[in-house]
Order: sequence, then C-alpha cells, then structure tokens
Amino acid sequence: MIGVLTVPLATGPGLLTRIGASVLQVVAVGVGGPLLLGLMGKIRARAEGRIGPPIIQGLLDLRKLVRKEAIRAEHTSAVAALAPLVLVASAAVAAAVTPLVTTRPVIGGGADAFAVVYLLLMGSVALALGGLDAGTAFGGMGSSRAMTIGAISEPALLVAVLALAVQAHTSNLPGIVTASLSHPEWLASPERLLALAALVVVVIAETGRIPVDNPSTHLELTMIHEAMILEYAGPDLALVTVGEAMRLGLLLGLVANLFFPWGIAVSGGGFALLVGLVVLGAKTAAIAVLVALVEVSTAKLRLFRVPELLAGGFVLAAVAVTTGLVTR
Amino acid sequence: MSTAAYLIGLGIASAAALLGAVLPARRRLLGAAVLSSAACLAALAGAGDVLVSGHAFSLHTAQVLPLTGVDLSLDPLGAIFVVTTAVVGLAVSCYSVGYGAHQTPSRTATAMLPAFLTTLLLVPAAASLATFMVAWELMALASLLALLTEHRRRRETRDAAQWYAVMTHIGAAAILLGLVLLAAHAGGQSFAAIAAHRRHLSVPLASVVFLLTLFGFASKAGAVPLHVWLPRAHPEAPSPVSALMSGAMVNLGIYGILRVGEDLLGGGELWWWLVVAALGVVSAVFGALHAAASTDTKRLLAYSTVDNIGLVLIGVGAAGALAAGGEQALAGLVLLAALFHLVNHALFKGCLFLGAGAVQHAAGTRDLDRLGGIARKMPATAVLFGIGALSISALPGLNGFASEWLLLEGLLHGFASHSAVTEAALLAGVATLAITGGLTATAFVKALGVGFLGQPRSEGAGDAREVGPSMLAGMGLLAGGCVVLGVVPGVVLPALDRATTAGLAAGAPRAVLPGLGLALASVRGAIDPALLVGGLLVGIVVIWGALRLVPRSADLRSPRRAAAWGCGRELQTARMEITATSFAEPLQRVFADVLRPDHDLEVTHTAESRYFPEAISFHQRVDDAIERVVYRPVMAAVTWWGRLARRVPNGSVHRYLAFGFAALVLVLVVLA
Repeated sequence: MIGVLTVPLATGPGLLTRIGASVLQVVAVGVGGPLLLGLMGKIRARAEGRIGPPIIQGLLDLRKLVRKEAIRAEHTSAVAALAPLVLVASAAVAAAVTPLVTTRPVIGGGADAFAVVYLLLMGSVALALGGLDAGTAFGGMGSSRAMTIGAISEPALLVAVLALAVQAHTSNLPGIVTASLSHPEWLASPERLLALAALVVVVIAETGRIPVDNPSTHLELTMIHEAMILEYAGPDLALVTVGEAMRLGLLLGLVANLFFPWGIAVSGGGFALLVGLVVLGAKTAAIAVLVALVEVSTAKLRLFRVPELLAGGFVLAAVAVTTGLVTR
Repeated sequence: MSTAAYLIGLGIASAAALLGAVLPARRRLLGAAVLSSAACLAALAGAGDVLVSGHAFSLHTAQVLPLTGVDLSLDPLGAIFVVTTAVVGLAVSCYSVGYGAHQTPSRTATAMLPAFLTTLLLVPAAASLATFMVAWELMALASLLALLTEHRRRRETRDAAQWYAVMTHIGAAAILLGLVLLAAHAGGQSFAAIAAHRRHLSVPLASVVFLLTLFGFASKAGAVPLHVWLPRAHPEAPSPVSALMSGAMVNLGIYGILRVGEDLLGGGELWWWLVVAALGVVSAVFGALHAAASTDTKRLLAYSTVDNIGLVLIGVGAAGALAAGGEQALAGLVLLAALFHLVNHALFKGCLFLGAGAVQHAAGTRDLDRLGGIARKMPATAVLFGIGALSISALPGLNGFASEWLLLEGLLHGFASHSAVTEAALLAGVATLAITGGLTATAFVKALGVGFLGQPRSEGAGDAREVGPSMLAGMGLLAGGCVVLGVVPGVVLPALDRATTAGLAAGAPRAVLPGLGLALASVRGAIDPALLVGGLLVGIVVIWGALRLVPRSADLRSPRRAAAWGCGRELQTARMEITATSFAEPLQRVFADVLRPDHDLEVTHTAESRYFPEAISFHQRVDDAIERVVYRPVMAAVTWWGRLARRVPNGSVHRYLAFGFAALVLVLVVLA
C-alpha cells in the first residue's frame, strides 16, 4: 500500500511550474477568501429578507482601506506594525504548501499537515500580541478570549488532522489527498466522517463565525476577534482583514479537499490547474453557503459555553483516531 | 583528546569554585565567570568529540574515593547531556557577571555557581554506583546552597530550600536503594558489571529497581506529582541558578531514567514505559495549565518546565514501549525527538529564565501584574525573551517547532506498531501534545504581551533600564541557538542520532537522513523549516513592498499616531489595561476543576444603604492542588507522629533505664 501513497516530490513538473502553482494558490486564497466572506454575507442578508451588499464588497473595502492614511495607536511598539504582516505572510505560506488547486505545491518538504496547523497558530499569536500592544482594555480582553478559544480549538484541529494522517500513514498533505483519490472508500469511513465533524467545529471557531463569535458585532461584552483588532486602521486593517479572509478560504479549501478531493489537479498542466481552480471555488462556495445557513439559524453561544462545543470537537477527533485504529 | 578536554573542563570548573571562595570581593565575580566559561568550552570540546566520533571513553582511578575509586565513562548518551549543560553553563557564566555587578554576591554564592556547574558536568560521566551517587549528592548540595543565596532577604527562599532539600533527598534515597539492590545482585558496582549481569536478573527485582529509581529521577526531573519543589525553588533562586536548574539539572532526571531503564536493566517490561508515559501525560497537562494561570514570571516558567519535561517523558516512555515491543526503528525516532526536545528546552528555558532575571533586575519585580511596557525600555531583552517565548510556543522557524514536529511524527508512525496498549499510550501522547501546545502559546502570549507590551503598571517597570552587554550576550547565545536549531535542525540531528542509538538497549537504526532540514529515514515524513522561514520572509517583504507601491498622502514608514479608543473618554491609564490575572481568567474558569482557584471577595457597604458599596476587595490565588491534596495531609501526619513520639521521652531517668533494659533483653532474645 505504501507504494500507492508515494508522491513523487522530487520529480514531476519543473520547479518553475510548481512555484507558479503555489503563487496561483496564494492568489486564489487571497482573492477567494474575501469573496467567500461576501457570499456568506449575501446569503445571510437574503435569508433575513434584505438585499445585502454585493459579493465583491469585501474586495472593494480592501481597496478603500489600502489607500487610506497609515495611522497607529500611541505607545505601540514594532509588534503592532509586524503583526498584520506576519498574519498575512503565515496564511500565504500555509496556502502555498497546502494542496488546494494542485497536489504538487512548491515546498514539498513543507506541505505537512502539522506545519499548516502551527502556521495558523503563528498568525493567531501575532494577532493576540498585536491586540495587547496598545495597552487598552479592549485589545487585551480580545486577545485573552481569542487565545482561550484557540487553546481549546487547536488540540481538536491537531487530533482531527492526526486521524487523517493515521489513515494515510503520513502527515504529508498532498500524500493524504492523493491517497484519498486512490481510496475513495476511505471518504465514507467512520473516522473520516468523525474527523470531518471535528474539523467543521474547529473551522467555525478559528474563523470566528457564529455560534463561537459574531464577526459583525461591536458590542463590548461579546466581541472577541473585533476587540483584538480594534486599534487597527487603514492599510494595517486591510492586512488583518485579508489575512483573516485567507485563513477562512484556506480552511474551507482544506476541508473540501480532504473530504471531497475530486477535481484537484494532479498533473502540472495549465488546463488541469484551471479545472482545479474552478472546482475549488465551487466546493468552497458550497461549504460557505452551508456555514452561512447555519449562522442564520443559530444564536451566538455564551463565551463560557464555547469551550464545551470545542471540547466536543476534540472528543470527536479522538474518537475518530480510535475508530481508525480499531477498524484497521 | 576527548578525555583530556573533558577532565580539564572539570578541573577548571572546580578551580572556578575555589577562586569564587577565596578571591577578594572585587575580583571574584569576574574570575569565577571567566574560569567557568573556559570550563564549559573545554567540556563542550570533550563531549562534542564523543558525539561526533561516536567513541566513548572511560577511565578508572583508585584515588579520590576510598574503597571504590572513581569510574568515569562518557558515551554519546551522556555526552549529549554534558554538551547541553556546557552550552547553558557558558551562557549563565557570561550572564552572571552583569547580574551580580550591582551588588556583589557573597563568597558562598559566587563559589556555588561554578560548583553546581562542575557537578552537573560530572553526573552524566559517572560510571559506577559510588561515583554516581557521590556526584548526584554533590549536585543536590551545590544546587541547594546556590538556591539559598538570597535567604537573608526573603523568607520564601528558606521555605523553597526546605521543600527542595526534602524532595531531592527522598529521591536520592530511592535511587540509592534501587542501585544498591541492583549492585548486590550483579556482584559489582561499576555500571559495566551491572549491565553485563542484566540477563540474570529476575523480572520482579528489576521492576522494583526500576520503580525505585524512577521515583528518584522523576522527583529530580520535576514530574507530577513530585514537582512541588519546582514552582517554589525556581522563582526563589537567583536567575542564573534557575536557568541552570531548569536548563540542565532537570534533564539529568531524564538521563537517569534512560541510563537505568535502558542501559543497566536492558529495556525491561512494556508496562515500565507506560508508567513513564503516564507520568509524562499528567505532568505536561498539569504544568501547562498552571503555566497558563500563573502571574509570576518565574513561577510560570517553572510550571512550563514541568510541562516540557512531561513531553520529554512521553517521548521516552513511548520509545521504551516501542522498543519493548520490538519496534527499534520507531523507538529510535521517538527517542530522538524526545532528546531533541530536551536540548531545545534547555536553550529556550535557559534564555527565558535569564530574560526574566534581567527584567526583575531592572524593574524590581517579576509579577506580571506590575510589569508592562518593558519592550520600549529594554528592547534587546524584549527581543531575546520574545525569541524564547515564541520558540517554546512552537512557532515554525524556531527550535520548539522542530522538535514538536519530530515528536508528532514519531508518535504518528508509532501507530503502525499493532500493540493496542502502546497505541492507546501514543494517542494519549498526541492528545497531550495538542492540548499543551495551545495552553503554552496562551501562557507565553501572556508573559510577552502583558509583561513587555502595553503601558508600565508600576513605577519600577516605568523606570526599567536596559541591562548590560554581558547579560545580553548570555541570553543572546541561547536565543541564537533557538533560531539556528529552528531553521537548520539538521546540523545537530546526526549527533543526537548517535546518542539515541546508545540510549536504547537494543540499539536503533539511523532515524533521520542527513541534510539541513528534517527528513525521516525509516518512515515517510520530511519538512524543511528553512523553506518555511524563507517563504515567510519573502511574503513579508512582498506584502510590504506592494503596500508601499499604493499611492497615498503620507509615508507608510512613519504612520500618524493617535490616541487609542477609550469608549469616548480622553484619558487612558495603565490601570485600565488588562492584567495577567484577567488575561488568564477565562482559561482558568474553563479549567477550574483542575486549577481550583481560591477567591476572596469582600464588599464593604456604605452605612446608608447596602445597595452602594464603599469598597470592594478581591483576592485570588491559584495554589498547587496536588500540594494541597497529597502533600499537606502527609506533612500533617508526620507532624502528628512527631508530637506523639515526643511524649515517649518525658525526662524521667527511670523510664530511659527501662528502655535500655528492654532493648538489651530484646537483643539477647534475638541473638539466642
């Protein structure tokens, strides 16, 4: 079986093609993330009987923010300036190595599931430190809450990833995706479904959606993410917004490809990449619509009920690993 | 060559201790530090040669210790501990010059730091029971005296020393008992003789020996529930001593478990290693939770040591279990990961303790609730502490990530072992790694964000000034190590591979492929941190460049400064900032069942109406639940027993004569 799983990391398409494919993925996530957010906003508005802003509103907002004057809170250090850059860079590297459009991203040695988890952690830590930098009550409270939720959602993410890695005998993400392509029966296996359930909980928590956090609130008592980034304005805020959108796009794309890998480009040709891109867009849009519908129909949880939801996700992931071991 | 270099290192270190005791006050600090640094370099050369060549050395002399003589032998397993100690020792020696500059420490304090260092370098080379126990006890005494440096000024120091002395001596007694049992059955006290005799040992006896020594070594390593001395001793010791304790001494507990379990007893039973892994799981979770809730910088670091030693124990336990199941290749991989994490922990925890000491030195407090704004006052210290904090949070590109990734890979591939019990242990290990990862990141975002960013919360923090170059150099050495091992971990892995092979009874094949990154040899898995770091740097430069290209009225490099949002109020003071206590509050509430915080809320009402409070005071303490549940009852019982026994001798000569007579009769009866 190991022979089937071997992905030719050193051979295959040339280095330039692979760098091109990775850049394509980063651009796709960078543009697609805000579009997905716009789509979710639109679905939500329609469900509530409003027309809502256009789907490209997110991109228009970014254009506006980028052109604004740079302005920062007094007494902030270099951390506040670096945090948005690190957030976007870490999301971009994660997008470059994750099999989204193609199974052959450039950094073969970096395309590791655990590495992607820790790259996401890097963005969270950067934002939390940025929230503490201005020394305001809101920023600190937001950082504290975000880190608390992250501290409980990260284990669930890691163990869910482990469930998939145990099944494929590797933590190499392209390896997991290609193995799923050649073993379609895995996709309906109990451990996959349990891991999927756990990952959905994690994605909702990591991207700050209802019922964990309300992205459109500015009410002091309930803000999590918004409190943390309250001091950012202009280009900095544009970076934070695009970074968060990229994380959403990346996680949705990852979930889509881990549980429904068909359509991803396995060869390096331009046409395959185009097909991969279109299919990725369709898959993530479908998940985004589902998430938006769930958001419309549920209320936000109280902050201290969120850990229970996340602990549930963690248990699901642990059960997924156990099931995989037992049914092997 | 390695023998000579190592012995010269030991000699210079002892000389440094001597000089620290006899030189006049103005010279002794510098003299001891220079000699200690030289000793560390010599020991580094000697042990490094053993690691690179893979050839152990051994020597015996009938001198020094009566009856038994001294046996010294350094194999790659011991050498890795000597190298780690030497690197941390070098940084600490350098740092101690600046640390003691404002108030010259006493002769004893100056002498004890090099003495402690000498014993730390000596223990991994001890090759017989007598030599080992003497070195171990000397280490305990030297560290105890070094810990007591500030006993005149602080009562807590004496308390901490008492806890440490009791724990370390109970541990030493257990180790001595275990090793004596072993030596008595082997008919020789040198480790070589004991190891040669291990096939003739019965399983129950071997198990008793393992459990006794495990108790002793786990108490030195700070594994839960034997960790109680750590969160007391580490904060109270001077920072160079804390760094040595946390970066070098606790490692020797792990060394002892490996030396006895794998070398002297030959791997033994599966369940031994499951016990070790279980200790690791409990320690890691408990330590990480308390680190996330602590508000004292050094207490936080001490609990984080408990956490990291737990992760190493998980690795050691999993490796032992896999080896006992005949999976040598997987065992080698997991042990490699555990030892790599141990080395990394020494680097970042040493750096963090030295950084915490620098802040305490400059701001006069280590209470996070009274710090803040340090990054603007002490930028270099902030950067170096930051590197340590981000390393321990396992961010890619720093060494904590490299070893945690390796450990995760080892545990993941261990699932191929087809032993249900081992698999359950591996799953528990991965889950623990996952849980502690998030908690550690929270704890260190708190330490860095609340302690170093924002506004100063006390006058001391506001008046803090950057520390001198020698202290920065000490921290910089360790922080540099964190970065190098994080970007190109491949440079040290071959040497660690040799230590791993020596550390497992049945040996192990090479676990990693040569190269600068991490590429596993026996199973499929590879990652190149340098590529990730390169990608991140390129990403930051590209984004920054792209933003600069956008036309705008003012320059991006000098943004306009404006007041932070204060809900419409103009005034924003440091009292409105979040504190470390508040930062940890949500997590503490989530894990209240384990942490069991004590709250004390007092509301004084105005005389006119109880709807208007006049003053509210709130106190919160997070005590160690294990200390309260396990240790306090035992201590109470011992006190009770002591009181009871005190009634027996009441001062009456008649009674004492009666005791003497009864004893004599008893002896005669036994002899007859």
